[in-house]
Order: sequence, then structure tokens, then C-alpha cells
Amino acid sequence: MAECIECGGSLSLYDDLEKGEILDCGTCGAELEVLAVDPVELDTAPELQQDWGE
Amino acid sequence: MNGMTVGLLYSRIRHDEKLLLSALRERGHTVEKIDVRDQCFGLSEPPSAFEEVDVLVDRCLATSRSTYVTRFAEAYGIPVVNSAETAQVCADKVQTSLALERAGVPTPETTVAFTPESALEAVEAFGYPCVLKPVVGSWGRLLAKVESRSAAEAILEHKATLGHYEHSVFYVQEFVDKPGRDIRIVALDGEIVAGMVRSSDHWVTNAAAGAETAAFEGDDQVHELVARASDAVGGGLLGVDLMEVGTDGESTEYTVHEINHTVEFKALNETVPVDVPGAVVKWLESVVAAAESDSNSGEAETFDTETDALDTGTETFETETDALGAETETLDTKTDAFGTGSTTSEAETLTPDTAEGGGD
Repeated sequence: MAECIECGGSLSLYDDLEKGEILDCGTCGAELEVLAVDPVELDTAPELQQDWGE
Repeated sequence: MNGMTVGLLYSRIRHDEKLLLSALRERGHTVEKIDVRDQCFGLSEPPSAFEEVDVLVDRCLATSRSTYVTRFAEAYGIPVVNSAETAQVCADKVQTSLALERAGVPTPETTVAFTPESALEAVEAFGYPCVLKPVVGSWGRLLAKVESRSAAEAILEHKATLGHYEHSVFYVQEFVDKPGRDIRIVALDGEIVAGMVRSSDHWVTNAAAGAETAAFEGDDQVHELVARASDAVGGGLLGVDLMEVGTDGESTEYTVHEINHTVEFKALNETVPVDVPGAVVKWLESVVAAAESDSNSGEAETFDTETDALDTGTETFETETDALGAETETLDTKTDAFGTGSTTSEAETLTPDTAEGGGD
């Protein structure tokens, strides 16, 4: 479990969490970037940039 | 082959990267995840994170980072997938269109202009509807189907005021009246891994925009077209997008409207029985083997996918055989890969990243 840095809601985390993943908080909808996995550290995800894509 | 060390260049781990990471680890390879936001690139000295890797795999979400980091990798003599040339051509729709046209690959008629006034002339020349696209961008963002002169004037005025100079490179394209769907093919140096159709009532049929998907089996014409399109942009791991433009009742004509160099394949992987990431990893093994062979023979200090394809016919044949073999093998293993259930269960406990677009 981790705590949403925006709303304080609880986030369920899965075992193979990867640094660099984005999680959506089910409570407030915030996008959170996984900065570290052991221990889990979250931050607000960067905003969409114009050159993002495939 | 023995385990290789793969440097995965990223700034965001999407579902596609998780699939790739799993496939690499399942086959016994070591993965160094390299967040490009943390790195500094000298002109001759690579970042320490690059030192031990056998190959770099560019999965950068930002096109600007992708085009530069592949250049640096090649400058350092480190094999990189895709090549800098491929990244540069695919990152820019103008360059992609020119490359396809030069190679004789069917692609929608396109005109480029640098002012709203000349762009309006181009729009009027096409007639209505026609399409305005940003030269850099993805996921169907900022595409405009222009249906009247007054709409064209408004869109062009808005684009001119968006701020970034790229929005003042006006890319005007014919509107292709496709049959409510387009086709996404993932290919490895021109060899098709798998394909799907993306259907939608909306004229934009990206899976990221909510299109429904179904497996697509290309005929010989599609295989040949994809191979030529791949060659045109320098080869590598590519997403080639096609539209059906007509049929005479027996055969269908296609046009290639986009090629993606950091292709997203999660939707494709969920649609087809082929283990797409597994095939990619097997192909990467062949890429590293070819690079090591080149290095040992002293024929090339830097790796270049296109040069290998053109100049080392025997190696290319072996590579293609491996890639095809990978596809066959992975058909059997896909169930196992997904049977582990980790990614499926993740979706149930956490919403994957979808809010900012993404998806193939």
C-alpha cells in the first residue's frame, strides 16, 4: 500500500511495480509517477508534452 | 544466445515497456533501465549508465529525447534500436512522407507550407475535406479534418498562435476515405510480426482514441509494402500504419500514412495470438549477435541497421529466419507469458496509465 501524495487516499500496489510507471489514484484521479520501488516513492506525474507519443 | 545486457532508455514505463521487460527477463537477459531524464551526454564520453550494455533500446516517450539519445548512442559506438536515422525520419511527418515518396511507397498526397496564407492555398487546392496534421506528434492529437474554408482559416490561425515553431510548419494532406478502419502492423526490419485493424466511427482510428481492434492477416502485397516502407525509413522495430484506399473486388490497394519508431504494441499483443514482445526480444538477440560479429570482424565500429541489411546479406537472412522462428515459437509461449497473470491482475487493482493518451 502507498499513500496518494495529492489526496492521501490509499493505493494498492502490485508486486512487479517498476520505477517509471504511472499510477492513477482511484480516489482523486491524480497521475502519480513511481520514483522508487523499495521503499515506494511517488510524485506527481509530468504533464503531457507535445512531442510525447510513439 | 547467452544473456545480453539491454539498456532500456525511457522516461515513462508504459504497459508496452513492462511487456518488454518481462520478455527480456524471462529469456535470461539483464535489463538496465536508464531514465534519460537523469543522464548527461558528452560529445565523446558516454554516461556511465551506458558502459556495460550490449544494446540500447530507445523507448523514450518524448520524440525530442528519442532523436537525440539515439544520435549520442551511435556517436559512442553503442548499438541502438532503433537507429538514429530511423528515429529522425519517423519522428517528423515531413521526413517520413519524403522517405516513402522517394522509395515509391504509396502514401497520401501531402503539401507543406510555412505560412497560414500559403497553407490555405494548399487546403483549397486539396478541396474539402482535407487534413491538417502536426509534423511532430502522436496518438491522434491535434489532427484536424478540415471541411470548409472558414474552418481552415480558424484552424490555421490557431496553429499559428500555438507558440512552437513546429506548428507553423503546415502539413496538409488529402483526406483518405478509408472504410472506417486502418491497419497497424508491427514489423522487425520489414518482417511482419503481427497486425491488427483499428475500427472506429470517428475518422481518427488510433487505438489510443478508442478504436476497436481485431487481428489482421496481411497478404503478399501487404508484406511487400511493409518491407519497402521499413527500408524507406531505415528499418528496425516499427509500427507501420496503412489504410485501404480501394478495391477492384479481388485485391485491395493500400497507402502508408504513418510509421512509428517507438511503437506501442500492447493493444496489438492483446489482439493477436502472437507473443509480440517475445518476438521483439528474439530479434534484439539477433541484432546484438550481428553487431558483435561486425565488431569482431572489424568491418564496422558503429552499428547501423540499414547498412547491415544492405551489405551483409548472409547475416540478414539469418536474422530474418530468427525473427520468423521467434514468431512461431512465441505462439506457443504466449499463454504461459500471460498465464503468470501479473499484468492482468495489475489492471484490476490499479488503473493503468491511460488518461494522457497512449496506446497503439
